[in-house]
Amino acid sequence: MAHVCSIITISQTVGANRIIPSVAIPHPLGNPKLPPEEEKELRRDLLKKALDALQTPIEEQTVFS
Amino acid sequence: MSYAKPKEVVQPVTHKWNRIAVSDLGFSSPTRLENGKLFIHIDELTSLLQSDPNIKDVKLAIARPGESVRIIPVKDVIEPRLSLIPDYPVFPGVLSAWDSDANGILSGEIVSLSGMVVTTVGSIVGFQEGLIDMSGPGARYSLFSQKHHLVLDITVKEGTKRHDHEKTVRMAGFKASDYIARSVLKPPLSAGSHETLVNPEYPGSPASPKRAGGNGKPRIAYLYMLQTQGLLHDTYYCGVDVKTMLPRRIVPTEVLFGAIVSGNCVSACDKNTTYHQQNNPIILDLLRRHGTDWDFAGCVITNENVTLGDKQRSSTLAADLIASLSPDGVIVSKEGFGNPDADLMMNCSKLEAHGIKTVLLTDEFAGQDGASQSLTDTHPKADAIVSTGNANGVIVLPPLEKVIGDDRVITELAGGSSKCLLPDGSIAIELQALIGSTNQLGFERISSRMK
Amino acid sequence: MTEASRNRKYRIVHYVNQFFGGVGGEEKADIEPFTIQGPQGPGRLLEKLFREENADVEIVATVVCGDSYFADNQEDVLREQIPVIRGYHPDLVVAGPAFNAGRYGMACGAICQALEPLGIPSITAMYKENPGLDQYRKTVLIVESADTVSGMDDAVRKMVRLGIKRLRGEKIESPKAEGCFEQGIRQNYFHEEPAYRRAIDMLLQKIKGDSFETEYPIPFFDRVEPQPALTDLKGVTIALVTSGGIVPTGNPDHIESSSASKYGKYSLEGLTTLETNNHQSAHGGYDNTYANEDPNRVLPIDMMRKLEKALGFKVHPWYYATVGNGTSVGNAQKFAKEIAVEMIRDGVQAVILTST
Repeated sequence: MAHVCSIITISQTVGANRIIPSVAIPHPLGNPKLPPEEEKELRRDLLKKALDALQTPIEEQTVFS
Repeated sequence: MSYAKPKEVVQPVTHKWNRIAVSDLGFSSPTRLENGKLFIHIDELTSLLQSDPNIKDVKLAIARPGESVRIIPVKDVIEPRLSLIPDYPVFPGVLSAWDSDANGILSGEIVSLSGMVVTTVGSIVGFQEGLIDMSGPGARYSLFSQKHHLVLDITVKEGTKRHDHEKTVRMAGFKASDYIARSVLKPPLSAGSHETLVNPEYPGSPASPKRAGGNGKPRIAYLYMLQTQGLLHDTYYCGVDVKTMLPRRIVPTEVLFGAIVSGNCVSACDKNTTYHQQNNPIILDLLRRHGTDWDFAGCVITNENVTLGDKQRSSTLAADLIASLSPDGVIVSKEGFGNPDADLMMNCSKLEAHGIKTVLLTDEFAGQDGASQSLTDTHPKADAIVSTGNANGVIVLPPLEKVIGDDRVITELAGGSSKCLLPDGSIAIELQALIGSTNQLGFERISSRMK
Repeated sequence: MTEASRNRKYRIVHYVNQFFGGVGGEEKADIEPFTIQGPQGPGRLLEKLFREENADVEIVATVVCGDSYFADNQEDVLREQIPVIRGYHPDLVVAGPAFNAGRYGMACGAICQALEPLGIPSITAMYKENPGLDQYRKTVLIVESADTVSGMDDAVRKMVRLGIKRLRGEKIESPKAEGCFEQGIRQNYFHEEPAYRRAIDMLLQKIKGDSFETEYPIPFFDRVEPQPALTDLKGVTIALVTSGGIVPTGNPDHIESSSASKYGKYSLEGLTTLETNNHQSAHGGYDNTYANEDPNRVLPIDMMRKLEKALGFKVHPWYYATVGNGTSVGNAQKFAKEIAVEMIRDGVQAVILTST
């Protein structure tokens, strides 16, 4: 499992192992300040990070930023 | 070009607070205070409020302690006050332009009505507004059941966007409070209860003592966390959205003047209403025994933003600012719950790293059965916590005779659910839905312990 | 219990394992349950000590079961034996003491928990390392005992004292004071002093170096081993889960805006994106303006579909959602267990969880 979230300290505290820092609480995989095409790129990049994290062997909690 | 000469600020800043008691509320013309009874001229107030083009309709109602009345959905609660200092108004930066970095806080007098509040309600904007029961089992959970309420039930024009709706209702509350204050609190005044509050010196002033209690008294500071997470989750300092600010030191008695106001309530239980901010009991107690039982080192306000970067930045700055006051210990109060637990723990760990002892005020979300972990984040240094109760605790509220506002929204309030209506008309609801019930400034006596 | 019944004998049913039931040791751990009329083994001491405390009790029956049999057939044993116990109309049920015997402790806890909703008071005792403690402490009052039978007298004395209170219908406010383990449950109460005063007092004590007691001891969060990495994405089924409360418009399952008691499972069949007119946020803990405008900002279907095409994995046709706003950890764990079981059954190999 890959956890995409903004407040990674909480994710670390509760014990997620693969953590991907996201943009902000109300829009973790988005940014309303960006033009739509850029926002989609941002979302794609975050998801790509999550998919890469799933393919990365780890021994302990790891933040993939 | 000429500049107005800035007024000299005399240290320490001192405020004399005069509280005039209100023992009853009624509607009559003109708006006046007579033998403790406050009369409101309905037409004058409603037409003042309806001068805001966003407002379609305003209904006024009165709720008294002990009445079988439920006020719902509450947005804010405000205490009417009047500043007698010519260049320093109440709700500075909100009702009139005022910049705390351009103007200095001047000493002087402030008058308030005590025992009476202005409470705003209206069609639901979000999930989080709560209720106040004036009698019955719900009444003991909040100091608001002991107040006389002038309730403003506000309807905005169709099509008003949510952010505008919230702002409209927020401003209406302040305007109404201000109208009442200006109408009845101008001198000469009937006798009230007076007290004089002397603020700590600013850091670096010649009279400001250094750490390790030069006179043997502990130095105590206060870190005042304010929730700043968006619609219905916001707080303003002198009219500025606190999420856009860096942490800063304030003169503690600024709170009396409504320098900190609420952007309405989420969740009802632990968002500080404007009333809570105006009457912050931590600040008041620290001031009242300043110089006798301890030295109050000063107060810093900080935010609870929605990105990790902001949380880290604010907590570093807040801890550094508190450290510059040279305290032995610091009280930290939180607002809201959930991700603000992360801010609380960051603040705690960074303060403790400065060698400053911390005590944290927080409520808990331990589930309805009390069996879950109460906080979303922890830190080993958070070893001194005062709990303001488990907000998931369920209580049963009986049906009351009168509802001011609209109680159909009850199942949508945070703390309510589609299951909470019982066959006899009672509601089984979490404390989360009661305004101020687990307030983290520490007004109430509810707490939680391990069974 | 009525006033009249206070003067009659209290009826107690005692549960013990094969050893304390006088059948045998470990070699008899597989015996099926049976009932002895009257007390057996430690039940005699129990009866004696109750009477020494002037409580007129009679152990009317002792239910005996092998520890292994119970462990392997728990559902059946409870289904059959709870009615047996009820048939004796007990005023109190005592299970154990189990000391450090793990299966015995688990059995005692299970029996007491099963009696709870039937309104039959029960108590048990075990050692602090007995797995039955962690499993049942939240719902069952468990007296703290030593780890071996040498602590029998002490354990039974404590059970008797607690038992008398339960027979009298007294509410147990503080388990610790009764010699029990803390249940680990947070219980609201009204303190004499308001919280701001308690905070300042606590700080003065802390500054002085005096001892003080925190009102909330910081808990320990457990850890899980990281799953091995996927070797390749091709053909792998990946599911999306969110605690950000993204649900079909209208929130058909009425997931609560806070303290969610449920989660939803929704179809992604044929969806290449989420739109403001078909999905919304039900979460009451963040400003959901942006999520409502474009739900992909919280549940990123649009880009998942694009990446699905580009990288060759499969997006699981169902997504799971709940509202992570003040959700009790207990509920969250329950949801996760159920969802995980379903996903494994449906061939899901990896999950991306998004949170607000």
